[in-house]
Amino acid sequence: MKDTTDIVNEVTLPPAGIDRRDFLKRLGAGVTVAVALSDFKSLGAMTFQQRELPTDWNAFLRVAEDGTVYCYTGKIEMGQGIITSLAQMMAEELDVAVDRVKMVMGDTVLCPYDAGTWGSLTTRFFGPPLRAAAAEARAIFLEMASEWLGVPVNLLKVEDGVVFDERNPYEKVSYAELTEGKQIVRSLREKPTLKKPAEFKVIGKSMLRTDAYEKVTGKAKYAGDIRLPGMMYAAILRPPVHGAKLLTADTAPAEEITGVELVRDGDFIAVLHSFPETAMNAVDKIKAEWDIPEPQFDDKTIFDHLVKAGTDERITQEEGDRDRGRDVSHEIIETEFRDCYIAHAPIETHTATAVMEGDTMVIWGSTQTPFGSQNQVAQVLGMPLEKVHIKEVFIGGGFGGKASSPQVVEAARIAKLSGKPVQLIWSREEEFFYDTFHSAAVIKVTSGVDEQGKFTLYDSDIYFAGGRSSELFYKIPNHRVRVISGRDAHAFATGPWRAPGAHTNVFARECQIDIMAHRAGMDPLEFRLYNTDNNRVIRTIKAVAEKFGWTSQGSPEGKGWGMAVGYDSGTYVAMMGEVEVDENTGRVQVLRVVTAQDMGLVINPQGAILQVEGCVNMGMGYAFSEEIFFNGGDILVKNFDRYSITNFSMIPPKLETVLLDLPDEPSQGGGEPGIVTVGAMIGNAIFDACGARLLRLPMTPERVLEAIRSG
Amino acid sequence: MKKTIRFTLNGQTAEMEVNENESLLWSIRTHLNLTGTKFGCGIGLCGSCVVIVDDSPVRSCMVNADYVENSRVLTIEGLSNNGTLHPIQQAFVDHDALQCGFCTPGMIMNAYALLLENQEPGREDIINGMEDNLCRCGAHNRIIAAIQEAGSVMKGDI
Ligand code: FES
Ligand code: FES
Repeated sequence: MKDTTDIVNEVTLPPAGIDRRDFLKRLGAGVTVAVALSDFKSLGAMTFQQRELPTDWNAFLRVAEDGTVYCYTGKIEMGQGIITSLAQMMAEELDVAVDRVKMVMGDTVLCPYDAGTWGSLTTRFFGPPLRAAAAEARAIFLEMASEWLGVPVNLLKVEDGVVFDERNPYEKVSYAELTEGKQIVRSLREKPTLKKPAEFKVIGKSMLRTDAYEKVTGKAKYAGDIRLPGMMYAAILRPPVHGAKLLTADTAPAEEITGVELVRDGDFIAVLHSFPETAMNAVDKIKAEWDIPEPQFDDKTIFDHLVKAGTDERITQEEGDRDRGRDVSHEIIETEFRDCYIAHAPIETHTATAVMEGDTMVIWGSTQTPFGSQNQVAQVLGMPLEKVHIKEVFIGGGFGGKASSPQVVEAARIAKLSGKPVQLIWSREEEFFYDTFHSAAVIKVTSGVDEQGKFTLYDSDIYFAGGRSSELFYKIPNHRVRVISGRDAHAFATGPWRAPGAHTNVFARECQIDIMAHRAGMDPLEFRLYNTDNNRVIRTIKAVAEKFGWTSQGSPEGKGWGMAVGYDSGTYVAMMGEVEVDENTGRVQVLRVVTAQDMGLVINPQGAILQVEGCVNMGMGYAFSEEIFFNGGDILVKNFDRYSITNFSMIPPKLETVLLDLPDEPSQGGGEPGIVTVGAMIGNAIFDACGARLLRLPMTPERVLEAIRSG
Repeated sequence: MKKTIRFTLNGQTAEMEVNENESLLWSIRTHLNLTGTKFGCGIGLCGSCVVIVDDSPVRSCMVNADYVENSRVLTIEGLSNNGTLHPIQQAFVDHDALQCGFCTPGMIMNAYALLLENQEPGREDIINGMEDNLCRCGAHNRIIAAIQEAGSVMKGDI
């Protein structure tokens, strides 16, 4: 057998800091391809930014002695399917079968630092460095095999992890054999060349989810499925409304319950019990008095409040002269659109299991930011970062809501205070109470068209929806978009909800455009094409129209057609749908939705389609029924009885997705774009069906009836 | 008051010591350490905790543990047979009828009860039968397709 120790001598040591032996011990035997973060600057890997610590070097992959390829990512799997698509990228560049790749995700000890799983960034920004690491590993194996076989590298080929002499396939050695009993670390060198689309065997091929088996058998482990010896379940005393201050708390009635333990640190009071329900019931027994602030606004007065609270203006797009735009307009249309607070409502509530193991706090938490959580726990508990270890679990839905994961810190605090392993599962009520809601918003738009149906003016003030997806990809000579925000506008937390603010912005713009098209006497499809020269927009619209069968004759009797176009996470999305409106009840049924996406190279088309379908189905909720009712800091929604997310009867019976075939263009985001157009498309289809123009989300039956009456 | 209850769990005799008013959901998850049955809402609104008791779907958060005394209980862990997936599980895999997977055990168990009644459910039957099982990821259309296919397999059509 050939000795490969010379390769070990070539190891490029990590830049500074980390104890290499310790690191290797954690990973175990095999060939590890490690990278220094500085190497990623050239790859434009923005997910790695934000942390410049000396210990920042990490492994992307390790080929173990049994041939298993461990692929390490700081990203987490919450349903979006990267457990499959990242494995595909690894398999492609390394030349192994996909089922050899075992993903290791979101473990702060084993995985490379990552800022968080959000923003449809994984494929776009983690993908390229991952593929580069795999390509580099393949090159290393070829070098090793060349020495082993005594065959020059250029005569070697690889198939499923077996390197062979192309002249004589019996002269071969597997990656596993090459790694046997050795610990070899090589660092990523120059930018390696990635495979070209024509060479792809795995990328671009549809694959079923690789985590399905675990998930259909109940074996998949989520944060609440961890069981530790002596584990206690925790429940925390919560304020009745946001902003309430604890005055007194009589904990005796809770402590009287057999087996209850109490931990207290100032106003932070938690009850522990070996049975979860007992802990939850016990915390309710605490007699607490609160200083409750007067509510300042509620779900009805919020819109006036937001307009007043909007103090910071930012002009994000501006061109031409708006006065001139008015002068040349034949029709000027002013509209005010409104959207409400909505919840993420993942079916898994925020959960964490925490235990002190020696001097290390070990945590399994449902979080979209394992490294962010690690940092928070270290800060709150005053522990060194490396003594906090967030471990891998599946996440039962995130949608941005688990970008904030205070339960991880809470569980760690309780574990430290009590000295016991602790599991904290937020109740559904806590989940609604502490959610970082999608913000309520007001969008004012004034726009104009001339007699030929040319866009002349677009002037928009966006209050509290942010600027995402507000880009005007239409040709409008005179326009301005202002994004307006302000401090202390909300009575509770708001945060990123699947494409933050984007569906509000698209609802306003695309419904306004529909209004204008009708005023101009033009078909909405024709109007859009007439007013844009953006190639990606045009090809996406054409793709959706063709699949949908849109014609200028319009929808059949009794039905309504609508369309909307959006841009999010680098992807263009065009959506068309057919609806039926019951004009007696105001109930709307979506019958069919067709979505086209211009998203560059698609790693797993099946996975991308799943995301689009998920977006469309989830979008039915914000379009029709989701709304957080509140009075000041009092969240009136406690459970799903007052908050209707999409259920089976709401989904469109027919969903079709077209992914434009663009393998030579860079991959764009796929987890969010599909949701941004749903509301606007439906609003426009309702108008087409019955002439009712909805300017407020969600489009509940009452609002539809009202719009029919006033229409 | 502690009390020992006996029942059949996933085909095997089982017993469990429970306190008064402990729900079946938390008993299964805590005393039996079967964590496939999920907590989603705690008050019967989401369906992620569905188990089968004597061939009927039961929201385990809504009944006390002693409800299953002398009954047959089937949880997601008991559905596959020595590593062979039940046709419903297989159909969920084949149709990619899941994303985060958190609603999945409840969906599958509820579908199991539905298909015990009717192996040729139409779209409307499935919607009616599954309406109160919530999926936030939006896998609904694939779940419907998976249930229909599983029905045909169970009937012996495929
Ligand atoms: S947890 Fe039982 S129905 Fe939701
Ligand atoms: S798959 Fe995530 S809730 Fe259904």
